[in-house]
Amino acid sequence: MPTIKKTKVEFEGRIEEREVIVEEEHIERWARDATMQVVGKPTPRVDGVARVTGRAVYTYDVQLPRMLIGRFLRSPHPHARIKSIDASRAEALPGVVAIWHHDNPPPIAHLEGREVFDEELAYEGAEVAFVVARNERTAEDALNAIEVSYEPLPFAYNFETATADAAPDVLTGVDNWIRREGDVYERGDMQAGLSDADVVVELAFSTPVAAHCCLETHGSVAQWEGDLVTVWHSTQSVFGTRSSVANALGIPMDRVRVICDYMGGGFGSKWGAEAYTLMAAVAARETGCPVKVMLSREEEHLVAGYRPGSQQRVRLGAKRDGTLTLIEQEARVATGAYGGDGPVIGGPANDLYRCPNVRTVVWSARANTDHARAFRAPGYVEGTFALESAMDALADKLGMDPLALRMKNYAEISPARNEPYTYKGLRRAYEMAAERFGWADRESRLPREEGPWRRGWGMASQIWGGGGGPPANALVKLLPDGTAEVAVGVQDIGTGTKTVLTQVAAEELGLPLEAIRCVVGDSLPAPFGPGSGGSVTLASAAPAVRSACREALRQLMALAAIMLDLADADVDDFTVQNGEIVYTPDPEKRLPFTRAAAKMGNYMIVAKGARGPNPEDKAINTFGVHFAQVLVNVETGQVRVERVVAAHDIGRVVNPLTATSQVYGGVTMALGYATTEARLIDPDTGLQLTANLEEYKVPVMADIPQIDVLFVDEADVEANSVGSKGLGEPPIIPTAAAIANAVFDATGVRVTDLPITPDRLLPLLVKARAEQ
Amino acid sequence: MTLLFRGPGKVPLTLNVNGEDVAVLVEPRRTLLSVLREELSLTGAKRGCGRGQCGACTVIIDDATVYACLTLAIDCEGRRIRTIEGLTDGDQLHPVQDAFIQEDGYQCGFCTPGQVMSAVSLLEHNPHPTEAEVRDAMAGNVCRCGAYPNIIRSVLTAARMVESTKEG
Repeated sequence: MPTIKKTKVEFEGRIEEREVIVEEEHIERWARDATMQVVGKPTPRVDGVARVTGRAVYTYDVQLPRMLIGRFLRSPHPHARIKSIDASRAEALPGVVAIWHHDNPPPIAHLEGREVFDEELAYEGAEVAFVVARNERTAEDALNAIEVSYEPLPFAYNFETATADAAPDVLTGVDNWIRREGDVYERGDMQAGLSDADVVVELAFSTPVAAHCCLETHGSVAQWEGDLVTVWHSTQSVFGTRSSVANALGIPMDRVRVICDYMGGGFGSKWGAEAYTLMAAVAARETGCPVKVMLSREEEHLVAGYRPGSQQRVRLGAKRDGTLTLIEQEARVATGAYGGDGPVIGGPANDLYRCPNVRTVVWSARANTDHARAFRAPGYVEGTFALESAMDALADKLGMDPLALRMKNYAEISPARNEPYTYKGLRRAYEMAAERFGWADRESRLPREEGPWRRGWGMASQIWGGGGGPPANALVKLLPDGTAEVAVGVQDIGTGTKTVLTQVAAEELGLPLEAIRCVVGDSLPAPFGPGSGGSVTLASAAPAVRSACREALRQLMALAAIMLDLADADVDDFTVQNGEIVYTPDPEKRLPFTRAAAKMGNYMIVAKGARGPNPEDKAINTFGVHFAQVLVNVETGQVRVERVVAAHDIGRVVNPLTATSQVYGGVTMALGYATTEARLIDPDTGLQLTANLEEYKVPVMADIPQIDVLFVDEADVEANSVGSKGLGEPPIIPTAAAIANAVFDATGVRVTDLPITPDRLLPLLVKARAEQ
Repeated sequence: MTLLFRGPGKVPLTLNVNGEDVAVLVEPRRTLLSVLREELSLTGAKRGCGRGQCGACTVIIDDATVYACLTLAIDCEGRRIRTIEGLTDGDQLHPVQDAFIQEDGYQCGFCTPGQVMSAVSLLEHNPHPTEAEVRDAMAGNVCRCGAYPNIIRSVLTAARMVESTKEG
């Protein structure tokens, strides 16, 4: 029976105690050394054929009869007011069905309290008008035919300009500051930390605005049948989308179905209904035709979010032996005209090392850009770059090995929560990665110089949450031919969720993978599941799947007992082995699973399972370490990353094949963050200079180093019944610092501003040479 | 030489797609990508950028890969167009497709049709590529999820599979 319980739930660096409704799991935890048939084995994706044949249907691929196309006209100014709009020429074009804008607002004009078509346009790309047309070309012709007169307003495009004296209003009449006093975390006594220190390092850092660049742009398709609306939405949260669509349209939740079967990347940027979703739904209702709205690549850069840039300062104090006495970190971020507080940049500084005196603060302000969004380990990527670069500088100043400095300050219990961990395998990760990398004898294995190239080695650590928690549910149906359907209200955003949940169900039911069909990404058949963010999906959903499968088996066992003339036997005395239901006290008594299922006829076993609560008074975290080897050309400033060794502690690895892919992805994205990627805004016009995939430089195949991936792979049995934690975000966290530290090792130059491009590095190299 | 001016209204075209001639009536400004997707419902090729920067729309024309988003459909008459949908022989996957599944050569899968077509074309021109040749040949296909190491493995595995099929 469900009950209401308090449980601590961590999400992207913020820990919350929530009252949640949970069901006690009547399920034994999978032991650390449990023998597994499917879980833990490299398993190709269950939907691989659809992915390689082009048959996988993404939101972008949805084509429906009579479907119309919607497009937005967007502000060409960073800040402006609309003086007048004339859409008459556009409306007269054949094939144009409807146009909405500020003077002709749509019947539902608000989204989360904001007007969709506001008179004041506070960022480049803000919605000016929406056109619905028979096809994309006509929609574009119509956009070109709308005449708008703008009154440009003064703008502030970043933190510095928005918080300067006499800065213009980013939004008329609204304070440019979001957190003027800062978001502060503090423990201990900073003055004592400083006076206890034998050595202090202090550095300033900056990190770039980084764009998610999901290859499938943001978009939605809406179709009405009577008062029921189906929304295909490229999203990380089908349930979050369902509630936001229902809220925005003012209709009951049960009228809304959200489907996201396949989706082309989100990385934190794709959540609930947005203006394009709402307008697709409104336009579909008004026109009686399905409507599809997909952002263009340029729109994706202008309005689909980013990791905010940061200005940071870090001060570390330590004893001569390396013991930390002080960690201080400050960060300044601009989160857009309608932005939020900003990410938890101080998270790693608060929580990675044992240190009595810690203070971190994040100040946030508005700026005339679209709003910042979560981006794969928000805050932790920025914060770890600064913290772990500073740790490297401290090691250098102390004359200590960087790894030894980390070991010296290893936290045996959670520093921020002052509670023990359910499990922490970072020490093991250090050992595994150092050994694979050859950290101890790095100097003797390869030359330091090759022509103009200098070689260097660096490392950095990482902490993240990823413990997941309730609520998450699963539904299992056992079918008469011995197959099973598993429905879970999560979605597969490319991480392989569908595959790992199928593995967990196969393991629990004792059925082959092929006998299980797992449905995710559809709000109708599935009970609630969490959004794919904070690395929570697996750790939240997999225990729910186990629990539902166990409940289904108990029902089947009760029937099997009768079939085996063991009506009084305890259902827990039955197990499934190699496709047979076996009575364990007398293994001779057995019945093929398929025969028991067939005997049910059209009686269907339907079982629900739920995620149990997290353990009380324990911290659940994931950890990792990256070692990087780089070559730096001291004549051109070019950086070439040769090799990255990544070791992660994420509890039990359900699928080593897809888990390895996650690490490749994180390292690759971090490589771009560290060396090539930055959203640039022209200070004079306030317009983006990099709103495409040529000038915004994401890594391509030619850039990729050798990446070795290692897992500690110890089940975290206290964390949840599966023993697994999340992996989506951890592998993007430490790489940038490891690379910057390796550049320092190679050249003696510490680059504190990302990305490390030749135009940044070369002047530093020249300066360093002059000072020699 | 005869210059043939057609348009700006819709013009009839015959395209040879995956071995079949198909007749369409489209404006000359239409890209091959939009015709494949919207007129022929071949939605495997994707538009990631619409300006030749990502490679998600890669198809093979005659014997070379092209960005379908930068190619006008009207320029494709009389040429042999191959898309991801034409790779399978019934249910029999092309070795490149098999290899991508085995090696987990994708994550979200949105770029995969383009990656697969680039790999197929590479192996047709160079059946035994080195890793460096794979990296070079496929540098025009962006994978934001960062599946690159497994994409490289997929191509090398596919090359071996093609080889062993020949030997077998």
